[in-house]
Amino acid sequence: MKTFRIGGVHPAENKLSAAQPIKVAALPKQAVFSMFQHIGAPAVPVVKKGDEVKVGTLLGEAGKGLSVPVFSSVSGKVNKVDAVLDSSGTRRMAVVVDVEGDEWEETIDRSDKLVTFKDLGTITAEEVVNRIKAAGIVGMGGATFPTGIKLMPPPGTKAEAIIVNAVECEPYLTADHRLMLEKPEQILVGIQLIKHAVNCPKAYIGIEMNKPDAIKLLTDLLKEKAAQYPGIEVVPLKVKYPQGGEKQLIDAVIGRQVPAPPALPINVGAIVQNVGTVYAIYEAVTKNKPLIERIITVTGKSVKNPSNFLARIGTPMQQLIDEAGGLPEDTGKIIGGGPMMGRALMSLEVPVTKGSSGLLLMTEKESRRGEVSPCIRCAKCVSACPMGLEPYLLASYTRLKDWDGCEKNDVTSCIECGSCAFTCPSNRPLLDNIRVAKQTVMGIIKARHMESITKK
Amino acid sequence: MNVILIAVIVLGSIGLVAALILFLAGKKFAVHEDERIGQVQEVLPGANCGGCGFPGCGGFAGACVKAADKGSLEGLLCPVGGQPVMEKVADILGMKAEAAAPKVAVVRCNGTCESRPRIAEFDGAQSCKVQQMLGSGETACAFGCLGCGDCVAACQFDALHMNPETGLPEVDEEKCTACGACSKACPRGIIEIRLKGLKNRRVVVLCNNKDKGAQTRKACSVGCIACQKCVKVCKFEAITVDANLAYIDAEKCKLCRKCEDGCPQNAIHAFNFPPRKPKVETPATPVENPAPNVEPAKEKEA
Repeated sequence: MKTFRIGGVHPAENKLSAAQPIKVAALPKQAVFSMFQHIGAPAVPVVKKGDEVKVGTLLGEAGKGLSVPVFSSVSGKVNKVDAVLDSSGTRRMAVVVDVEGDEWEETIDRSDKLVTFKDLGTITAEEVVNRIKAAGIVGMGGATFPTGIKLMPPPGTKAEAIIVNAVECEPYLTADHRLMLEKPEQILVGIQLIKHAVNCPKAYIGIEMNKPDAIKLLTDLLKEKAAQYPGIEVVPLKVKYPQGGEKQLIDAVIGRQVPAPPALPINVGAIVQNVGTVYAIYEAVTKNKPLIERIITVTGKSVKNPSNFLARIGTPMQQLIDEAGGLPEDTGKIIGGGPMMGRALMSLEVPVTKGSSGLLLMTEKESRRGEVSPCIRCAKCVSACPMGLEPYLLASYTRLKDWDGCEKNDVTSCIECGSCAFTCPSNRPLLDNIRVAKQTVMGIIKARHMESITKK
Repeated sequence: MNVILIAVIVLGSIGLVAALILFLAGKKFAVHEDERIGQVQEVLPGANCGGCGFPGCGGFAGACVKAADKGSLEGLLCPVGGQPVMEKVADILGMKAEAAAPKVAVVRCNGTCESRPRIAEFDGAQSCKVQQMLGSGETACAFGCLGCGDCVAACQFDALHMNPETGLPEVDEEKCTACGACSKACPRGIIEIRLKGLKNRRVVVLCNNKDKGAQTRKACSVGCIACQKCVKVCKFEAITVDANLAYIDAEKCKLCRKCEDGCPQNAIHAFNFPPRKPKVETPATPVENPAPNVEPAKEKEA
């Protein structure tokens, strides 16, 4: 069974909502569209207070450089364009829409009919990328990197393998799993579109063994319609966290290791796309539908009905929790994302964004961190680190503010997966410290780079 | 006997050759350091705090000598030693020391536990920097003190301490050397290195909240809501409101304290003034001769 080479841990899977079909969440009364839903420059609002918007109306155009546009997922009237509390507790620019009815832009094809790659006729690769860019699609696994940029390999590189990330290695989350079971053909068409966009003949779908039904469904489908979907292969993977990390998945599926930053996956000929992103690409290219909704898992051990929702972006989290049976009394922490990499929410008013893959309600007991005790030099963190780093060392350097030491020990390679802190028997906050170091060192590198440019 | 003699001769000659090599190498690779650098470094405090902007006292001494060769010590100041040390440095280098006004660190947040209720709990690594990176902290104010004491840890002079009652750091003005280490350590830029002021008296806006007034008021009962009252009441144009936050220019401020009285949020504080006498009896001089052109404080009657 294939898997990545270095490190990794195996947290309890807890996929409580795996058998729950995707439910369409109710329309919110008020939807909030942050202009900061992706990595890079924020979108720039193009509507003002009082404007009428429909589902699919452009709310914010892409900013300068790395950025994507933001679309309305509801119809109604713009209430305000103002700074609104986001999931991290800071106020950031957003468009707030009061919902009235459910009117869609006429350009969007709302039918459920499968559009195959053949139906599209002679669509050019450029056209596919342009449609993806115009639809505001970002990586939906959580990293929210603009997808259009990823599908334009820099000169000198060539895509040799498309890898579809259907690993979903985070415990609890089942959004990608359900999507594969319910929209398999759409995903396959989406993969064809990506292959076409970057002119790459081979695609792999990496799925962990804890989703045997999805593996079987897709393998059978590919066998049955081999002529229709050529060059696509399902790769079952051993269950290990963080297999869904881009670099880990490339290693697991095609056995290539991405060098340390600034090298990118494309430098080893790989392009990785989350399965949710692939579905969004299908909808954008064939149905002309911008990224306005996504699948989000609402789960937790004390949640009454752990569910998978198809929620409009901008829906307040509170509403999804209500639909899943309400907020349990003993909730200690509410995490946006999965338990390993997600972040605690400061408020339940925050909306679903393009990168919200899950909402995890932890009980008071689960959410407590253990008492921190001294490092016993067991090196469990070293064997767990999937990037081959030495977390205990980086954390110590951070405390000593030895940024040179951090840089020399490749702190910028850290993918912040949290395996080190998860495995530490002394409950040391390793990742907290490493994050500080990573941010500081990246700042130093950037400053150095700017200096070298100005000197020239 | 013979063996001992041979050993002595062999070892002795090896020693002589090695000594010769060392002597020649010492001559050849000698580093000529300006002796003034050492002299200057001797009069510096030797805390290596970096408050001057150079990597430690040695770096600062080197910079002083270089600047002296160019003809002026302008812009160079050891914040720890202050004027006396700079005069000594100037003496060594045969220059004149520039006069510099003494400064002190000011914590621009007054959000105590009572005035700024906690809405969340942070149980990660106890560091302001970590907290800042993960969210807005334990209170609803995204600009105020996080209370983990990164500034206290950064202070080399034991001049900053956490007050367990308020949850805020307090500056010991006697010990503070205005080196700026705390200011750099604070991820929210709350600590300002500010002019000490006449007789150590200062009037400061103790808030760093750049949110709109209504949001600030929700988060904290003593936050600046940018109501502009202080701007209107100030006769010396010392107060500006930028990004929903008032700021008092220490150089323009004449210490009249009118803004302090006018602030509806009690966000403006006056330091080191003698206690005010009760208003009814003597409305004349609340402060002994704070500055020229100051009207007696009667704005509350108006």
